[in-house]
Amino acid sequence: MSIVPIPGKQAGLLALAVAAAVPFATLPHTAHAADPIKIGVIAEVSSISGAAIPQAAKLAADEINAAGGVNGRKIEIVEYDDHNSAADAVRAFQRAASQDHVSAVIASYVSEVVLALEPWSGRLKLPMITPGAASDVISHRVHDDYDHLKYTFHGYLASTFLADSVCDGLKDIGVKDLHMKSAVVMSEDAAWTLPLDTEYLKCLPKIGIKVLDHIRLSPDTTDFTPIFNKIEGEKPDVIVTGISHVGVQPTVQWHDQQVPIPMIGISSQATTSTFYKDTNGATEGVIYQTVSAPDVAVTPKMIPFTDAFVKKYGVTPAYCGYTAYDEVYFIADAIKRANSTDADKLVASLEKTSWLGTIGKYEFYGRDSEFTHAMKVSPEFVSGLLVQWQNGKQVTVWPTSIANGKIKFPAFIKLPGT
Amino acid sequence: MQILQILIDGFAISSLYGLGAIGFTLIFGVSGVLNLSHGAIMVTAAVIAWAVADSFHTGPYLGALIGVAAAVATAFATYLLVVRPIQTSPRIPREEKEIFVLTGTLLWGIMLQEAIAYLFTSNPKTVLPLIPGVIQILGVRTPLQEVLTAVLSWAVIGLLWVLVNRTRRGKVLLAASINPRGLTLLGFELSEIYLFVWGLYGLLAGIAGVLLGAFLGVSSDNVGTLTASAFSIVVLGGLGSVSGSLIGAYVVGYLETVTAYVVSPSIRTIPVLLLLVLVVYLRPQGLLGRR
Repeated sequence: MSIVPIPGKQAGLLALAVAAAVPFATLPHTAHAADPIKIGVIAEVSSISGAAIPQAAKLAADEINAAGGVNGRKIEIVEYDDHNSAADAVRAFQRAASQDHVSAVIASYVSEVVLALEPWSGRLKLPMITPGAASDVISHRVHDDYDHLKYTFHGYLASTFLADSVCDGLKDIGVKDLHMKSAVVMSEDAAWTLPLDTEYLKCLPKIGIKVLDHIRLSPDTTDFTPIFNKIEGEKPDVIVTGISHVGVQPTVQWHDQQVPIPMIGISSQATTSTFYKDTNGATEGVIYQTVSAPDVAVTPKMIPFTDAFVKKYGVTPAYCGYTAYDEVYFIADAIKRANSTDADKLVASLEKTSWLGTIGKYEFYGRDSEFTHAMKVSPEFVSGLLVQWQNGKQVTVWPTSIANGKIKFPAFIKLPGT
Repeated sequence: MQILQILIDGFAISSLYGLGAIGFTLIFGVSGVLNLSHGAIMVTAAVIAWAVADSFHTGPYLGALIGVAAAVATAFATYLLVVRPIQTSPRIPREEKEIFVLTGTLLWGIMLQEAIAYLFTSNPKTVLPLIPGVIQILGVRTPLQEVLTAVLSWAVIGLLWVLVNRTRRGKVLLAASINPRGLTLLGFELSEIYLFVWGLYGLLAGIAGVLLGAFLGVSSDNVGTLTASAFSIVVLGGLGSVSGSLIGAYVVGYLETVTAYVVSPSIRTIPVLLLLVLVVYLRPQGLLGRR
């Protein structure tokens, strides 16, 4: 760094300019009692999953405002489209902090984007919650550098928990009911599937399913024929999926090519009702893991939210719509309890969250856990469901205690022993 | 067995590539335009076919027809709103017109892409298969739609051959690609020929788009890749050469398929790009280029 001497007169002018600018630069943005509480929402709105995030957040804000707001203040959702780009998301986040003065941000369903925002959340001391990204790294980072990164909360299941949830379901419906003994893991190559696949490879053998192959496919893949061809040659009883960025094409090609092996696992796009339309019904028979389904009341809030969402937007919410809706509520609740929008007070208040939302009870793991600020996952809090597309409807098939139907596959599927 | 699978899949995808690229090369051959909104026009056809069939329950055939019609309309719009104003503008120097057309069609393609993403989301869409179901070809389970893709692609390519070589209209097209100035001296209206060739191009790109949408599915994100793939094929085959483009399509289609099956689907397009670099070095005019 070079230091350039400044001549006297210019130095004086400079000092004057700095003196004039400093009060503006350092003056905190003071909120008045009647000002709305702003919550930023950053998401890729041209994708189905991404679009559900601001839609659900606005629905929650409308409801909270109709009921009188938070401590007399309205909630205002400020939307930003990140076009699924980490760079756009960071710019939006900076703008949200410095220009729009939001109190918290709900951001993205893409792990790569959230991981890029996480350090900014720390630097700008702006609490951020993701409603849909899954990578374990999000909460591991908070654990490893709590003082700097405590402003990030993981408002969706971490990948490891997602994999465990799939294994739990497969143990009942796959191993016990359908006598499945072998699997091929097929995941897209992305940040969120790294811990997912690691856990799949650990938990599947534990439930008695031998993993014959592990395929990581490029999210740019358009022709899945060679992949299905390879899998079919290995003769597994089930394809365990980890797909989110891709969805329509593998599902349609699986159906059109009549690949005789069931697909069970994470398939994020399948969580929304438009998936049936997008795949022309090819998703029939696909089983996906989720924490929310339109046909079961995991909590009393789930069906009213789904109905309100469908009424307003014409489709069922994607998985991250449920969480984004709940997040607006528990951020509002945390602000109410803290009686402040100050970042540190809000973080302390969010850490004490115990909020019954649409998908279960939200509480976050503490500093001691390696999953600091990740959602607690267990039947007592939030846990997984397996849902199958049947006759154009999403039918919950596991856990058996709340299942609405029995598993049935299209005629081209060959189950073990048949 | 895998060899047979590669032969069948490679043939279907290559035929489709051929159909997609042939219109691209035709436009270049006849009017000297490299249309970088090519991928967007193909995707428009597929997405409109999907949207119509889905929203109005028209069934796959009417949906597909309307999709192709949308591509023809978009091709005309490309020519009339973007290409012709640049070509006829007195304010753009003659030697810069090509680069302006390139930039104009590129930006137009991005506009179409964004419009599709805005109206229909960037999630992939799959056009209803014209014939659902599968058949066994020598023991390889093949979707009927894949067979239809190859058959229709070749039927359309055949019709185009008949049009170009056996009709007066087609001979005018050929003449325009060889010596446009001579043609005007004979009293032909070049602008009318250009309009015709853009309509023909829209038809070819539209059919290719709808078939691709039914075979593999497309999204607005594929716009760039589709343009790039047509571009690679015609550079490989020789710019402006229809038969060169067909050979190029088969080289690209089979190279991709073999890579996907034998090596890995993740690096499917890489050998083609390497080949392209080699062609540019060793034979810049392409396989059957006229230069």
